[in-house]
Amino acid sequence: MAHEEVKLFGMWSSPFVRIVEVALKIKGVQYEYIEEDLQNKSSLLLKYNPVYKKVPVLLHNGKPIAESLVIVEYIDETWKDNPILPQDSFERAQARFWAKLIDDKCMPSLWRVFRSKDNEQEKATEEALENLKILENELTDKRFFGGETIGLVDIAAKITVYWVQVAQEVAGVGIISSQNFPVLFKWIDDLLSCNVLKETMPPKDKLAAFFRTHSKASK
Amino acid sequence: MAEVKVLGAWPSPFGYRVIWALKHKGVKFEYIEEEDHLNKKSKLRLQSNPVHQKVPVFIHDGKPVAESTVILEYIEETWPQNPLLPQDPYERAMARFWIKLGEDKATTLFFAFIRAVGEDHEKATNEWKELLQILEKHGLGKKFFGGEEIGMADLALGSVVCWLEIFEEIVGVKMIEAVSFPRLHQWIQNFKQEPLIKDNIPDRQKLVSFFKHRREAIVAAAKAS
Repeated sequence: MAHEEVKLFGMWSSPFVRIVEVALKIKGVQYEYIEEDLQNKSSLLLKYNPVYKKVPVLLHNGKPIAESLVIVEYIDETWKDNPILPQDSFERAQARFWAKLIDDKCMPSLWRVFRSKDNEQEKATEEALENLKILENELTDKRFFGGETIGLVDIAAKITVYWVQVAQEVAGVGIISSQNFPVLFKWIDDLLSCNVLKETMPPKDKLAAFFRTHSKASK
Repeated sequence: MAEVKVLGAWPSPFGYRVIWALKHKGVKFEYIEEEDHLNKKSKLRLQSNPVHQKVPVFIHDGKPVAESTVILEYIEETWPQNPLLPQDPYERAMARFWIKLGEDKATTLFFAFIRAVGEDHEKATNEWKELLQILEKHGLGKKFFGGEEIGMADLALGSVVCWLEIFEEIVGVKMIEAVSFPRLHQWIQNFKQEPLIKDNIPDRQKLVSFFKHRREAIVAAAKAS
């Protein structure tokens, strides 16, 4: 294979960066990971993502791509082994729909719970629970959302749940438990049995410590 | 023959993205109007989009697809003629980036402009200006986002920008001017003049009237509360 330069600009505590990393690993793509300090963004990051100035940014042969779902689609189209999106157009539409729901609704509403002040937290929690319920209802007992192997929705959902588990413990707010979201909860067990995901997730105690410091700093 | 249906609401820009894509590709479809879409939800709408309960919904051979940007990708894959996305994966990623930006910012602004009052409205106006600055600086180099031909990013962004122009008129704020945003101004003129768009867009006065009433009702309700 021709020499290809792949770089990923990320931040260890970002779930969106992890989504991209998992995609690269599933495809067996060699890449260089560059850790960004978001309090002190590098000039390269600002150059490669002038619009959002955020991570993740993928650099392939010098060309930058931003936005995690856009990057994953690019990865899937560029490296054809181990497809992350289904082959069938209708199935692909379903995968995109659910990935979008997780990205647009679930993640932001969950974050609002952990960041909101006391009087807003109840409403934020209600909204987050509603969004998770939608996801829970769609999931079945299947190990993977799309079929026989891990795909885009699996990656996005499992990473989201992992992050929520840590954040909710730190915030002292119970969102996902085996009682209220048995399917999502079970998925976390499955996540840890999936090597690619297991080795990409930051350790829970490190993430928890980060959330604790972060929430103190923002008060 | 495969059956294609589009469920939409005439005042909503999101349905037009789907209509334009289908017409661009010469795909025959049945259009179903969701009457009084803000106040009523038809059985078809609820059945086809139980999660969001919104329009547009696209139904192909009885199978529904929801979310206009997801529908556009489905249409592109199912009917590859007259492509709306480039072939090159990097160019495709660029198009998707602009579509995502459109969804994140322009769509939020679309609702904010009509619904927000007071401070929130001022905030929306500032965000609208920021978005225009981003598009002007980073997005436009050629006639369209798609290049010399109209593409998926143009349909996605163009729909919302056209509607936001109308909202500008209603709230009395004029942003997209040739002097401040020359490339953007030129792009939206190019977009609106394309026969595909021009022949498949609601009458401007009808839209102004509809949204003016909506806006007045919202402002009145805010004052009353």
